[in-house]
Amino acid sequence: MNLFFYLAAAIALISTIMAISGRNAIHSLLFLILSLLAVSVIFYLLNAPFIAALEVIIYAGAIMVLFIFVTMMLNIGTEGSTEKKWLNPRMWIIPSILAAILFTDFILAIKHVPASPSVDQVILPKQVGISLFSTYLLAVEIAAILLMAGVIGAYHLGSQKKKVTHRFLKKN
Amino acid sequence: MLTVPVDIQLLFAGILFLLGLIGLLVRRNMIFMLMSIEIMFNSAGLVFIIASTHWKQPDGQVMFIFILAVTAVEVAIALALILQVYHHFKTLDADSVNKLKDHN
Repeated sequence: MNLFFYLAAAIALISTIMAISGRNAIHSLLFLILSLLAVSVIFYLLNAPFIAALEVIIYAGAIMVLFIFVTMMLNIGTEGSTEKKWLNPRMWIIPSILAAILFTDFILAIKHVPASPSVDQVILPKQVGISLFSTYLLAVEIAAILLMAGVIGAYHLGSQKKKVTHRFLKKN
Repeated sequence: MLTVPVDIQLLFAGILFLLGLIGLLVRRNMIFMLMSIEIMFNSAGLVFIIASTHWKQPDGQVMFIFILAVTAVEVAIALALILQVYHHFKTLDADSVNKLKDHN
């Protein structure tokens, strides 16, 4: 069981180093997604399967996809005949090996966990929900206000200013 | 059952945080700086989960959900700002966006 932890931790560290030292933004983002998946495996090993699922769905699934969309909109990090470069095995062999190791690690970890873990070990989503909506109810509402502010702020910042189309009013 | 000592788990989270900090300080591309901030948020959440497992309390997981919400808002606003900066300056270099700086 400990071996799985060390393996996932090593993959997380390696892919994080590759992510912050890469030159191409898209490649770095894919390495960052791999790092988040490795951390999610560690969450699973730490008896927090609910949080592991949230990490995959929200972090790797939603936030990173937002990153990739913006990076593609800005069109940075692609030059020349990219497809030919991508078909070169040197580009994808390291991430593929890391992802395969992580996948094997995860499968073996699932097999080693007993089918019905003792309830006092695993913190179930039910406990989290009860705590979230009783003790931390005020914090939930503050988080809701924060999300609302985020939506409005992102809409305001994302909207382009209207250009004045009259040729006499145009100044340059 | 995982029997890795808590020290090692916290050390792993610390190294992850340090990598994010190094990335934030070294890289000048705004996308990479934002990614480094994400790494740091993630390692902070990892510390919460480690503590939650260690004391077998659900509070750490609740805190992780809050971190998730804050991160989502932060990423949305920061990416909108990055788009605006790119439209104005045609670059993502953080050192070139210095109109507010005193040149004395």
